[in-house]
Amino acid sequence: MGNASSMLTQYDIEEVQDHCNNLFSQQEIVSLYERFCQLDRNAKGFISADEFLSVPEFAMNPLSQRLLKMVDGLNFKDFVAFLSAFSAKASKQQKIELIFKVYDSDCNGKVSFNDVLEVLRDLSGPFMSDEQREQVLVQVLKEAGYTRESYLLLDDFVKVFGNSDLKMEVEVPVD
Amino acid sequence: MASPGNLKTSSSELDLDRPNIEDYLPSGSSIHEPRGKLRLRDLLDVTPTLTEAAGAIIDDSFTRCFKSNPPEPWNWNIYLFPLWCFGVLVRYLILFPARILVLTIGWIIFLSSFALVHSMLKGHDALRKKLERLLVELICSFFVASWTGVVKYHGPRPSIRPKQVFVANHTSMIDFIVLEQMTAFAVIMQKHPGWVGLLQSTILESVGCIWFNRSEAKDREIVAKKLRDHVQGTDNNPLLIFPEGTCVNNHYTVMFKKGAFELGCTVCPIAIKYNKIFVDAFWNSRKQSFTKHLLQLMTSWAVVCDVWYLEPQTLKPGETPIEFAERVRDIISARAGLKKVPWDGYLKYSRPSPKHREGKQRSFAELVLQRLEEK
Repeated sequence: MGNASSMLTQYDIEEVQDHCNNLFSQQEIVSLYERFCQLDRNAKGFISADEFLSVPEFAMNPLSQRLLKMVDGLNFKDFVAFLSAFSAKASKQQKIELIFKVYDSDCNGKVSFNDVLEVLRDLSGPFMSDEQREQVLVQVLKEAGYTRESYLLLDDFVKVFGNSDLKMEVEVPVD
Repeated sequence: MASPGNLKTSSSELDLDRPNIEDYLPSGSSIHEPRGKLRLRDLLDVTPTLTEAAGAIIDDSFTRCFKSNPPEPWNWNIYLFPLWCFGVLVRYLILFPARILVLTIGWIIFLSSFALVHSMLKGHDALRKKLERLLVELICSFFVASWTGVVKYHGPRPSIRPKQVFVANHTSMIDFIVLEQMTAFAVIMQKHPGWVGLLQSTILESVGCIWFNRSEAKDREIVAKKLRDHVQGTDNNPLLIFPEGTCVNNHYTVMFKKGAFELGCTVCPIAIKYNKIFVDAFWNSRKQSFTKHLLQLMTSWAVVCDVWYLEPQTLKPGETPIEFAERVRDIISARAGLKKVPWDGYLKYSRPSPKHREGKQRSFAELVLQRLEEK
Protein backbone atom coordinates (compact mmCIF):
# COMPACT_ATOMS: atom_id res chain seq x y z
CA MET A 1 0.00 0.00 0.00
CA GLY A 2 3.02 2.24 0.42
CA ASN A 3 3.33 5.03 2.86
CA ALA A 4 -0.04 6.76 2.76
CA SER A 5 1.11 9.93 4.45
CA SER A 6 3.59 10.61 1.67
CA MET A 7 0.75 10.57 -0.83
CA LEU A 8 -1.02 13.51 0.80
CA THR A 9 0.58 16.90 0.26
CA GLN A 10 0.16 19.82 2.56
CA TYR A 11 -2.28 21.31 0.04
CA ASP A 12 -4.41 18.18 0.06
CA ILE A 13 -4.54 18.10 3.81
CA GLU A 14 -5.43 21.78 4.04
CA GLU A 15 -8.19 21.27 1.50
CA VAL A 16 -9.65 18.45 3.55
CA GLN A 17 -9.27 20.50 6.72
CA ASP A 18 -11.20 23.34 5.10
CA HIS A 19 -13.90 20.92 4.13
CA CYS A 20 -14.37 19.80 7.74
CA ASN A 21 -14.04 23.27 9.31
CA ASN A 22 -10.62 22.47 10.78
CA LEU A 23 -12.09 20.03 13.27
CA PHE A 24 -9.26 17.57 12.68
CA SER A 25 -5.55 18.22 12.96
CA GLN A 26 -3.22 17.38 10.06
CA GLN A 27 -2.00 14.30 11.91
CA GLU A 28 -5.56 13.12 12.37
CA ILE A 29 -6.31 13.62 8.67
CA VAL A 30 -3.28 11.49 7.79
CA SER A 31 -4.50 8.74 10.13
CA LEU A 32 -7.99 8.92 8.69
CA TYR A 33 -6.56 8.70 5.19
CA GLU A 34 -4.67 5.52 6.06
CA ARG A 35 -7.85 4.08 7.48
CA PHE A 36 -9.83 5.15 4.42
CA CYS A 37 -7.36 3.40 2.11
CA GLN A 38 -7.48 0.31 4.27
CA LEU A 39 -11.27 0.07 4.07
CA ASP A 40 -11.39 1.03 0.38
CA ARG A 41 -9.86 -2.27 -0.64
CA ASN A 42 -9.52 -1.85 -4.38
CA ALA A 43 -8.70 1.85 -4.26
CA LYS A 44 -11.92 3.00 -5.93
CA GLY A 45 -11.84 6.34 -4.12
CA PHE A 46 -14.86 5.55 -1.98
CA ILE A 47 -15.90 2.95 0.59
CA SER A 48 -18.81 0.75 -0.44
CA ALA A 49 -21.56 -0.46 1.88
CA ASP A 50 -20.07 -3.94 1.68
CA GLU A 51 -16.70 -2.71 2.82
CA PHE A 52 -18.20 -0.86 5.77
CA LEU A 53 -20.01 -4.03 6.77
CA SER A 54 -16.75 -5.98 6.68
CA VAL A 55 -15.95 -4.27 9.99
CA PRO A 56 -17.85 -6.52 12.39
CA GLU A 57 -18.05 -3.89 15.11
CA PHE A 58 -19.87 -1.67 12.61
CA ALA A 59 -22.02 -4.43 11.13
CA MET A 60 -23.25 -5.34 14.62
CA ASN A 61 -24.34 -1.80 15.40
CA PRO A 62 -28.15 -1.50 15.62
CA LEU A 63 -28.07 1.66 13.52
CA SER A 64 -25.66 0.37 10.87
CA GLN A 65 -28.19 0.13 8.04
CA ARG A 66 -29.39 3.66 8.72
CA LEU A 67 -25.84 5.02 8.90
CA LEU A 68 -24.87 3.18 5.73
CA LYS A 69 -27.31 5.34 3.81
CA MET A 70 -25.37 8.35 5.01
CA VAL A 71 -21.83 7.09 4.45
CA ASP A 72 -22.13 4.71 1.49
CA GLY A 73 -19.99 5.87 -1.42
CA LEU A 74 -18.51 8.96 0.25
CA ASN A 75 -15.19 10.18 -1.09
CA PHE A 76 -12.41 10.95 1.36
CA LYS A 77 -13.35 14.60 1.87
CA ASP A 78 -16.98 13.82 2.64
CA PHE A 79 -15.94 10.85 4.76
CA VAL A 80 -13.88 13.18 6.94
CA ALA A 81 -16.69 15.73 6.98
CA PHE A 82 -19.10 13.06 8.21
CA LEU A 83 -16.74 11.98 10.97
CA SER A 84 -15.97 15.55 12.00
CA ALA A 85 -19.23 15.62 13.99
CA PHE A 86 -17.52 13.15 16.31
CA SER A 87 -14.52 15.38 16.90
CA ALA A 88 -14.15 16.79 20.39
CA LYS A 89 -13.91 20.21 18.76
CA ALA A 90 -17.24 19.94 16.91
CA SER A 91 -20.02 22.24 18.08
CA LYS A 92 -23.09 20.94 19.79
CA GLN A 93 -25.16 22.26 16.90
CA GLN A 94 -23.23 20.06 14.46
CA LYS A 95 -23.71 16.99 16.63
CA ILE A 96 -27.44 17.65 16.92
CA GLU A 97 -27.65 18.11 13.14
CA LEU A 98 -26.15 14.67 12.66
CA ILE A 99 -28.57 13.10 15.14
CA PHE A 100 -31.40 14.86 13.33
CA LYS A 101 -30.22 13.40 10.01
CA VAL A 102 -30.26 9.92 11.51
CA TYR A 103 -33.95 10.37 12.29
CA ASP A 104 -34.87 12.25 9.13
CA SER A 105 -34.30 9.31 6.80
CA ASP A 106 -36.28 10.79 3.89
CA CYS A 107 -34.36 14.09 4.22
CA ASN A 108 -37.45 16.27 4.11
CA GLY A 109 -36.28 18.43 6.99
CA LYS A 110 -38.85 17.19 9.48
CA VAL A 111 -39.12 14.13 11.69
CA SER A 112 -42.51 12.49 11.99
CA PHE A 113 -43.84 10.16 14.68
CA ASN A 114 -43.12 7.22 12.38
CA ASP A 115 -39.53 8.33 11.75
CA VAL A 116 -38.78 8.18 15.47
CA LEU A 117 -40.64 4.91 15.74
CA GLU A 118 -38.42 3.36 13.08
CA VAL A 119 -35.24 4.35 14.87
CA LEU A 120 -36.69 2.92 18.07
CA ARG A 121 -37.37 -0.29 16.17
CA ASP A 122 -33.73 -0.46 15.06
CA LEU A 123 -32.53 0.13 18.60
CA SER A 124 -34.79 -2.30 20.44
CA GLY A 125 -35.27 -5.02 17.79
CA PRO A 126 -37.44 -7.91 18.87
CA PHE A 127 -37.25 -6.99 22.54
CA MET A 128 -40.07 -4.46 22.45
CA SER A 129 -43.40 -4.89 20.73
CA ASP A 130 -44.76 -2.29 18.32
CA GLU A 131 -47.43 -1.37 20.87
CA GLN A 132 -44.83 -0.87 23.57
CA ARG A 133 -42.78 1.36 21.31
CA GLU A 134 -45.79 3.46 20.39
CA GLN A 135 -46.89 3.70 23.97
CA VAL A 136 -43.45 4.84 25.11
CA LEU A 137 -43.18 7.40 22.37
CA VAL A 138 -46.68 8.83 22.83
CA GLN A 139 -46.03 9.23 26.52
CA VAL A 140 -42.67 11.00 26.29
CA LEU A 141 -43.91 13.21 23.45
CA LYS A 142 -46.90 14.26 25.50
CA GLU A 143 -44.74 15.11 28.48
CA ALA A 144 -42.52 17.24 26.27
CA GLY A 145 -45.52 19.08 24.87
CA TYR A 146 -45.84 17.36 21.50
CA THR A 147 -48.49 15.08 20.04
CA ARG A 148 -48.51 12.07 17.78
CA GLU A 149 -49.24 14.29 14.81
CA SER A 150 -46.57 16.92 15.39
CA TYR A 151 -43.45 17.02 13.29
CA LEU A 152 -40.13 17.65 14.96
CA LEU A 153 -37.88 20.16 13.20
CA LEU A 154 -34.18 20.68 13.70
CA ASP A 155 -35.01 23.55 16.06
CA ASP A 156 -37.10 21.19 18.16
CA PHE A 157 -34.14 18.87 18.44
CA VAL A 158 -31.93 21.77 19.50
CA LYS A 159 -34.50 22.69 22.13
CA VAL A 160 -34.89 19.11 23.36
CA PHE A 161 -31.16 18.62 23.77
CA GLY A 162 -31.02 22.18 25.07
CA ASN A 163 -28.72 22.58 28.01
CA SER A 164 -27.58 19.02 28.58
CA ASP A 165 -24.24 17.64 27.48
CA LEU A 166 -23.93 15.43 24.43
CA LYS A 167 -21.30 12.77 24.75
CA MET A 168 -20.41 12.04 21.17
CA GLU A 169 -16.66 11.99 20.80
CA VAL A 170 -14.34 9.59 19.05
CA GLU A 171 -10.62 9.98 19.22
CA VAL A 172 -8.62 9.45 16.05
CA PRO A 173 -5.55 7.36 16.86
CA VAL A 174 -2.39 9.23 15.86
CA ASP A 175 0.97 7.56 15.83
CA MET B 1 -10.27 -16.25 -1.21
CA ALA B 2 -13.85 -15.14 -0.91
CA SER B 3 -14.43 -11.84 -2.62
CA PRO B 4 -16.62 -9.31 -0.87
CA GLY B 5 -19.34 -10.01 -3.41
CA ASN B 6 -20.09 -13.54 -2.39
CA LEU B 7 -20.00 -13.04 1.36
CA LYS B 8 -22.93 -14.71 2.99
CA THR B 9 -24.46 -14.04 6.32
CA SER B 10 -23.61 -16.97 8.52
CA SER B 11 -26.29 -19.59 8.66
CA SER B 12 -27.03 -21.59 11.74
CA GLU B 13 -25.61 -24.81 10.31
CA LEU B 14 -22.27 -23.08 10.05
CA ASP B 15 -22.30 -22.41 13.76
CA LEU B 16 -21.43 -25.97 14.69
CA ASP B 17 -18.08 -25.26 16.26
CA ARG B 18 -18.36 -21.54 16.28
CA PRO B 19 -18.10 -19.87 19.66
CA ASN B 20 -20.70 -17.27 20.51
CA ILE B 21 -19.36 -13.75 20.44
CA GLU B 22 -21.79 -12.91 23.24
CA ASP B 23 -19.89 -15.27 25.50
CA TYR B 24 -16.83 -13.09 25.12
CA LEU B 25 -18.05 -9.53 24.77
CA PRO B 26 -18.81 -7.72 27.98
CA SER B 27 -22.55 -7.94 28.43
CA GLY B 28 -24.72 -4.90 28.84
CA SER B 29 -23.73 -1.53 27.55
CA SER B 30 -23.34 1.95 28.81
CA ILE B 31 -26.29 3.14 26.76
CA HIS B 32 -28.37 5.58 28.79
CA GLU B 33 -26.35 5.51 31.95
CA PRO B 34 -28.28 8.06 34.00
CA ARG B 35 -31.35 6.66 35.67
CA GLY B 36 -34.60 8.38 36.46
CA LYS B 37 -37.70 9.15 34.56
CA LEU B 38 -37.60 8.71 30.80
CA ARG B 39 -37.80 11.96 28.89
CA LEU B 40 -38.06 12.69 25.19
CA ARG B 41 -34.46 13.81 25.32
CA ASP B 42 -33.30 10.42 26.55
CA LEU B 43 -35.25 8.61 23.91
CA LEU B 44 -33.95 10.74 21.06
CA ASP B 45 -30.37 10.61 22.29
CA VAL B 46 -28.77 7.99 20.07
CA THR B 47 -25.24 9.26 20.74
CA PRO B 48 -23.88 6.10 22.46
CA THR B 49 -24.82 3.96 19.47
CA LEU B 50 -23.59 6.57 17.00
CA THR B 51 -20.31 6.94 18.86
CA GLU B 52 -19.75 3.20 18.79
CA ALA B 53 -20.42 3.11 15.05
CA ALA B 54 -18.09 6.01 14.32
CA GLY B 55 -15.46 4.41 16.57
CA ALA B 56 -15.70 1.23 14.53
CA ILE B 57 -15.34 3.18 11.29
CA ILE B 58 -12.24 5.01 12.52
CA ASP B 59 -10.50 2.05 14.09
CA ASP B 60 -11.47 -1.49 15.01
CA SER B 61 -9.69 -4.36 16.64
CA PHE B 62 -10.87 -6.90 14.07
CA THR B 63 -9.26 -5.27 11.05
CA ARG B 64 -6.08 -4.72 13.04
CA CYS B 65 -5.69 -8.50 13.41
CA PHE B 66 -5.30 -8.94 9.67
CA LYS B 67 -3.21 -5.92 8.80
CA SER B 68 0.20 -6.63 7.31
CA ASN B 69 2.75 -4.42 8.95
CA PRO B 70 5.26 -2.96 6.52
CA PRO B 71 8.86 -3.47 7.61
CA GLU B 72 10.67 -0.51 9.15
CA PRO B 73 12.89 1.03 6.49
CA TRP B 74 16.50 1.27 7.57
CA ASN B 75 18.07 2.37 4.27
CA TRP B 76 17.52 6.02 4.96
CA ASN B 77 20.91 7.53 4.75
CA ILE B 78 23.68 7.95 2.28
CA TYR B 79 25.95 5.15 3.46
CA LEU B 80 23.23 2.69 4.47
CA PHE B 81 21.50 3.01 1.13
CA PRO B 82 24.33 1.49 -0.99
CA LEU B 83 24.58 -1.30 1.57
CA TRP B 84 20.88 -1.95 1.20
CA CYS B 85 21.21 -1.97 -2.60
CA PHE B 86 24.03 -4.45 -2.31
CA GLY B 87 21.79 -6.53 -0.06
CA VAL B 88 19.03 -6.50 -2.65
CA LEU B 89 21.46 -7.77 -5.28
CA VAL B 90 22.69 -10.54 -3.00
CA ARG B 91 19.19 -11.55 -2.02
CA TYR B 92 17.72 -11.62 -5.50
CA LEU B 93 20.72 -12.70 -7.59
CA ILE B 94 22.56 -15.08 -5.29
CA LEU B 95 20.37 -16.23 -2.42
CA PHE B 96 17.18 -16.60 -4.38
CA PRO B 97 18.55 -18.79 -7.21
CA ALA B 98 20.47 -20.87 -4.67
CA ARG B 99 17.31 -21.41 -2.68
CA ILE B 100 15.33 -22.33 -5.77
CA LEU B 101 18.02 -24.89 -6.48
CA VAL B 102 17.86 -26.28 -2.94
CA LEU B 103 14.10 -26.54 -3.15
CA THR B 104 14.20 -28.22 -6.56
CA ILE B 105 16.73 -30.78 -5.34
CA GLY B 106 14.55 -31.33 -2.29
CA TRP B 107 11.50 -31.94 -4.45
CA ILE B 108 13.35 -34.34 -6.76
CA ILE B 109 14.63 -36.40 -3.84
CA PHE B 110 11.26 -36.28 -2.14
CA LEU B 111 9.06 -37.09 -5.10
CA SER B 112 11.18 -39.93 -6.43
CA SER B 113 11.56 -41.63 -3.07
CA PHE B 114 7.96 -41.00 -2.14
CA ALA B 115 6.70 -42.60 -5.33
CA LEU B 116 9.07 -45.48 -4.76
CA VAL B 117 8.02 -46.04 -1.15
CA HIS B 118 4.38 -45.63 -2.01
CA SER B 119 4.35 -48.21 -4.77
CA MET B 120 6.98 -50.71 -3.55
CA LEU B 121 5.82 -51.09 0.03
CA LYS B 122 2.13 -51.70 -0.62
CA GLY B 123 2.00 -54.65 1.76
CA HIS B 124 4.12 -53.27 4.59
CA ASP B 125 1.91 -50.60 6.01
CA ALA B 126 3.86 -49.89 9.19
CA LEU B 127 7.18 -49.46 7.41
CA ARG B 128 5.61 -47.46 4.59
CA LYS B 129 3.94 -45.11 7.04
CA LYS B 130 7.19 -44.59 8.89
CA LEU B 131 9.13 -43.81 5.72
CA GLU B 132 6.46 -41.51 4.40
CA ARG B 133 6.49 -39.68 7.69
CA LEU B 134 10.23 -39.20 7.43
CA LEU B 135 9.98 -38.00 3.85
CA VAL B 136 7.35 -35.40 4.68
CA GLU B 137 9.59 -34.14 7.48
CA LEU B 138 12.44 -34.04 5.00
CA ILE B 139 10.66 -31.95 2.37
CA CYS B 140 9.54 -29.55 5.09
CA SER B 141 13.16 -29.16 6.17
CA PHE B 142 14.00 -28.31 2.57
CA PHE B 143 11.26 -25.70 2.59
CA VAL B 144 12.54 -24.19 5.83
CA ALA B 145 16.06 -24.18 4.36
CA SER B 146 14.75 -22.39 1.28
CA TRP B 147 14.02 -19.33 3.36
CA THR B 148 16.92 -19.88 5.72
CA GLY B 149 14.52 -20.51 8.56
CA VAL B 150 16.19 -19.81 11.88
CA VAL B 151 13.82 -21.65 14.15
CA LYS B 152 14.40 -22.10 17.84
CA TYR B 153 12.36 -24.90 19.39
CA HIS B 154 11.77 -24.73 23.12
CA GLY B 155 10.37 -27.55 25.18
CA PRO B 156 10.01 -31.30 24.63
CA ARG B 157 9.45 -32.65 21.15
CA PRO B 158 5.97 -34.09 20.63
CA SER B 159 5.74 -37.87 20.51
CA ILE B 160 3.15 -40.17 19.01
CA ARG B 161 0.54 -41.01 21.59
CA PRO B 162 -3.24 -41.37 21.38
CA LYS B 163 -5.69 -38.96 22.95
CA GLN B 164 -3.72 -35.79 22.60
CA VAL B 165 -4.12 -32.88 20.28
CA PHE B 166 -1.77 -29.99 19.57
CA VAL B 167 -3.08 -26.48 19.07
CA ALA B 168 -1.08 -23.53 17.79
CA ASN B 169 -1.62 -19.92 16.87
CA HIS B 170 -1.72 -19.35 13.13
CA THR B 171 0.16 -16.74 11.12
CA SER B 172 0.82 -18.34 7.78
CA MET B 173 0.77 -21.71 6.13
CA ILE B 174 4.49 -21.82 6.89
CA ASP B 175 3.57 -22.46 10.54
CA PHE B 176 2.64 -25.89 9.38
CA ILE B 177 5.95 -26.38 7.56
CA VAL B 178 7.95 -25.14 10.54
CA LEU B 179 6.19 -27.55 12.89
CA GLU B 180 6.12 -30.38 10.40
CA GLN B 181 9.88 -30.49 9.91
CA MET B 182 10.26 -31.59 13.54
CA THR B 183 7.26 -33.88 13.85
CA ALA B 184 5.01 -35.27 11.15
CA PHE B 185 1.77 -33.85 12.46
CA ALA B 186 -1.58 -34.68 10.97
CA VAL B 187 -3.19 -31.33 10.47
CA ILE B 188 -6.71 -30.01 9.97
CA MET B 189 -6.72 -27.28 7.37
CA GLN B 190 -8.79 -25.38 4.91
CA LYS B 191 -8.76 -26.92 1.45
CA HIS B 192 -6.75 -24.64 -0.82
CA PRO B 193 -6.95 -24.20 -4.57
CA GLY B 194 -4.00 -24.57 -6.98
CA TRP B 195 -0.78 -26.46 -6.38
CA VAL B 196 -1.19 -26.32 -2.61
CA GLY B 197 -4.48 -28.15 -2.99
CA LEU B 198 -2.80 -30.78 -5.13
CA LEU B 199 -0.17 -31.36 -2.44
CA GLN B 200 -2.87 -31.56 0.17
CA SER B 201 -4.85 -34.23 -1.58
CA THR B 202 -1.87 -36.38 -2.65
CA ILE B 203 1.08 -36.28 -0.32
CA LEU B 204 -0.21 -34.85 2.91
CA GLU B 205 -3.09 -37.31 3.01
CA SER B 206 -0.48 -39.94 3.69
CA VAL B 207 0.41 -38.39 7.06
CA GLY B 208 -3.26 -38.34 7.97
CA CYS B 209 -4.04 -34.70 7.28
CA ILE B 210 -7.71 -33.80 7.06
CA TRP B 211 -8.94 -31.12 4.67
CA PHE B 212 -12.23 -29.35 4.65
CA ASN B 213 -13.96 -26.41 3.13
CA ARG B 214 -14.65 -23.63 5.58
CA SER B 215 -18.00 -22.79 4.09
CA GLU B 216 -19.39 -26.32 3.70
CA ALA B 217 -21.56 -27.29 6.63
CA LYS B 218 -21.48 -30.93 5.58
CA ASP B 219 -17.68 -30.93 5.54
CA ARG B 220 -17.63 -29.83 9.13
CA GLU B 221 -19.59 -32.83 10.34
CA ILE B 222 -17.35 -35.19 8.43
CA VAL B 223 -14.28 -33.49 9.84
CA ALA B 224 -15.65 -33.68 13.38
CA LYS B 225 -16.11 -37.41 12.96
CA LYS B 226 -12.69 -37.94 11.38
CA LEU B 227 -11.15 -36.00 14.25
CA ARG B 228 -12.73 -38.20 16.85
CA ASP B 229 -11.57 -41.34 15.04
CA HIS B 230 -8.07 -39.99 14.51
CA VAL B 231 -7.28 -39.20 18.14
CA GLN B 232 -8.28 -42.70 19.24
CA GLY B 233 -5.76 -44.43 16.97
CA THR B 234 -2.52 -45.42 18.71
CA ASP B 235 -0.29 -45.27 15.65
CA ASN B 236 -1.70 -42.12 14.09
CA ASN B 237 0.48 -39.06 13.76
CA PRO B 238 -0.10 -36.46 16.46
CA LEU B 239 -2.94 -34.18 15.54
CA LEU B 240 -2.31 -30.48 15.00
CA ILE B 241 -5.10 -27.93 14.89
CA PHE B 242 -4.95 -24.19 14.29
CA PRO B 243 -8.08 -23.31 16.25
CA GLU B 244 -8.16 -19.72 15.06
CA GLY B 245 -9.24 -21.06 11.68
CA THR B 246 -7.51 -18.25 9.80
CA CYS B 247 -4.15 -16.50 9.58
CA VAL B 248 -3.67 -13.62 12.02
CA ASN B 249 -0.78 -11.17 11.82
CA ASN B 250 1.13 -12.51 14.84
CA HIS B 251 0.26 -9.49 16.99
CA TYR B 252 -3.19 -10.69 18.02
CA THR B 253 -5.08 -13.90 18.66
CA VAL B 254 -8.69 -14.25 17.59
CA MET B 255 -11.13 -16.62 19.26
CA PHE B 256 -10.35 -20.32 19.26
CA LYS B 257 -12.93 -22.63 17.71
CA LYS B 258 -14.04 -25.01 20.38
CA GLY B 259 -13.85 -28.14 18.21
CA ALA B 260 -10.33 -29.10 19.35
CA PHE B 261 -11.31 -28.73 22.98
CA GLU B 262 -14.33 -31.01 22.85
CA LEU B 263 -12.50 -34.19 21.91
CA GLY B 264 -11.85 -35.18 25.50
CA CYS B 265 -8.11 -35.21 24.87
CA THR B 266 -5.12 -33.62 26.44
CA VAL B 267 -4.48 -30.33 24.67
CA CYS B 268 -0.83 -29.38 24.11
CA PRO B 269 -0.47 -25.70 23.30
CA ILE B 270 2.21 -24.56 20.86
CA ALA B 271 3.10 -20.88 20.66
CA ILE B 272 4.77 -19.54 17.53
CA LYS B 273 6.26 -16.07 17.42
CA TYR B 274 7.92 -14.67 14.32
CA ASN B 275 10.64 -12.09 14.47
CA LYS B 276 9.90 -9.43 11.89
CA ILE B 277 13.47 -8.25 11.57
CA PHE B 278 13.84 -9.48 7.98
CA VAL B 279 10.37 -10.29 6.73
CA ASP B 280 6.77 -10.27 7.89
CA ALA B 281 5.68 -13.89 7.96
CA PHE B 282 1.98 -13.05 8.02
CA TRP B 283 0.20 -14.50 5.00
CA ASN B 284 -2.44 -11.95 4.02
CA SER B 285 -4.45 -14.28 1.82
CA ARG B 286 -6.61 -11.38 0.61
CA LYS B 287 -3.61 -9.57 -0.82
CA GLN B 288 -1.31 -12.30 -2.08
CA SER B 289 -1.36 -15.89 -3.23
CA PHE B 290 0.61 -18.46 -1.28
CA THR B 291 3.15 -18.69 -4.10
CA LYS B 292 3.77 -14.95 -3.86
CA HIS B 293 4.04 -15.25 -0.10
CA LEU B 294 6.68 -17.98 -0.47
CA LEU B 295 8.60 -15.91 -3.01
CA GLN B 296 8.60 -13.02 -0.57
CA LEU B 297 10.06 -15.28 2.10
CA MET B 298 12.62 -16.72 -0.29
CA THR B 299 13.94 -13.31 -1.29
CA SER B 300 14.44 -12.15 2.28
CA TRP B 301 17.54 -12.72 4.36
CA ALA B 302 15.96 -15.16 6.76
CA VAL B 303 12.78 -16.14 8.56
CA VAL B 304 13.41 -16.01 12.29
CA CYS B 305 11.00 -17.58 14.71
CA ASP B 306 10.54 -19.16 18.09
CA VAL B 307 8.41 -22.22 18.75
CA TRP B 308 7.40 -23.16 22.27
CA TYR B 309 5.91 -26.55 23.10
CA LEU B 310 3.97 -25.68 26.24
CA GLU B 311 2.63 -27.57 29.23
CA PRO B 312 -0.19 -29.97 28.26
CA GLN B 313 -3.60 -28.95 29.55
CA THR B 314 -6.70 -30.96 30.37
CA LEU B 315 -10.31 -29.95 30.85
CA LYS B 316 -10.83 -29.01 34.48
CA PRO B 317 -13.93 -30.33 36.21
CA GLY B 318 -16.85 -28.00 35.63
CA GLU B 319 -15.11 -26.18 32.79
CA THR B 320 -16.95 -25.70 29.50
CA PRO B 321 -15.07 -26.29 26.23
CA ILE B 322 -15.23 -22.55 25.54
CA GLU B 323 -13.64 -21.70 28.88
CA PHE B 324 -11.03 -24.36 28.25
CA ALA B 325 -10.29 -22.91 24.81
CA GLU B 326 -9.94 -19.45 26.33
CA ARG B 327 -7.57 -20.74 29.00
CA VAL B 328 -5.35 -22.31 26.35
CA ARG B 329 -5.54 -19.12 24.31
CA ASP B 330 -4.35 -17.22 27.40
CA ILE B 331 -1.36 -19.52 27.73
CA ILE B 332 -0.37 -19.20 24.07
CA SER B 333 -0.95 -15.44 23.95
CA ALA B 334 1.09 -14.88 27.09
CA ARG B 335 4.02 -16.96 25.82
CA ALA B 336 4.11 -15.48 22.32
CA GLY B 337 3.28 -11.95 23.47
CA LEU B 338 0.06 -11.64 21.50
CA LYS B 339 -2.96 -9.53 22.33
CA LYS B 340 -6.32 -11.24 22.62
CA VAL B 341 -9.36 -9.88 20.81
CA PRO B 342 -12.94 -11.17 21.18
CA TRP B 343 -13.51 -11.85 17.48
CA ASP B 344 -14.25 -14.89 15.44
CA GLY B 345 -11.70 -15.06 12.62
CA TYR B 346 -14.35 -16.42 10.26
CA LEU B 347 -15.87 -12.94 10.21
CA LYS B 348 -13.29 -12.37 7.49
CA TYR B 349 -15.44 -14.57 5.28
CA SER B 350 -18.94 -13.97 6.57
CA ARG B 351 -21.01 -11.27 8.19
CA PRO B 352 -21.90 -11.39 11.87
CA SER B 353 -25.33 -12.94 12.22
CA PRO B 354 -28.20 -10.72 13.39
CA LYS B 355 -28.12 -12.30 16.82
CA HIS B 356 -24.86 -10.49 17.57
CA ARG B 357 -26.72 -7.23 17.53
CA GLU B 358 -29.46 -8.49 19.78
CA GLY B 359 -27.50 -8.12 23.00
CA LYS B 360 -27.36 -4.37 22.51
CA GLN B 361 -31.00 -4.24 21.50
CA ARG B 362 -32.06 -6.20 24.55
CA SER B 363 -30.27 -3.94 27.01
CA PHE B 364 -31.70 -0.89 25.27
CA ALA B 365 -35.25 -2.25 25.43
CA GLU B 366 -34.89 -3.26 29.06
CA LEU B 367 -33.64 0.15 30.07
CA VAL B 368 -36.40 1.98 28.23
CA LEU B 369 -39.14 -0.17 29.72
CA GLN B 370 -37.65 0.01 33.18
CA ARG B 371 -37.26 3.77 33.11
CA LEU B 372 -40.73 4.24 31.71
CA GLU B 373 -42.19 2.82 34.90
CA GLU B 374 -40.04 4.98 37.18
CA LYS B 375 -41.70 8.18 38.22
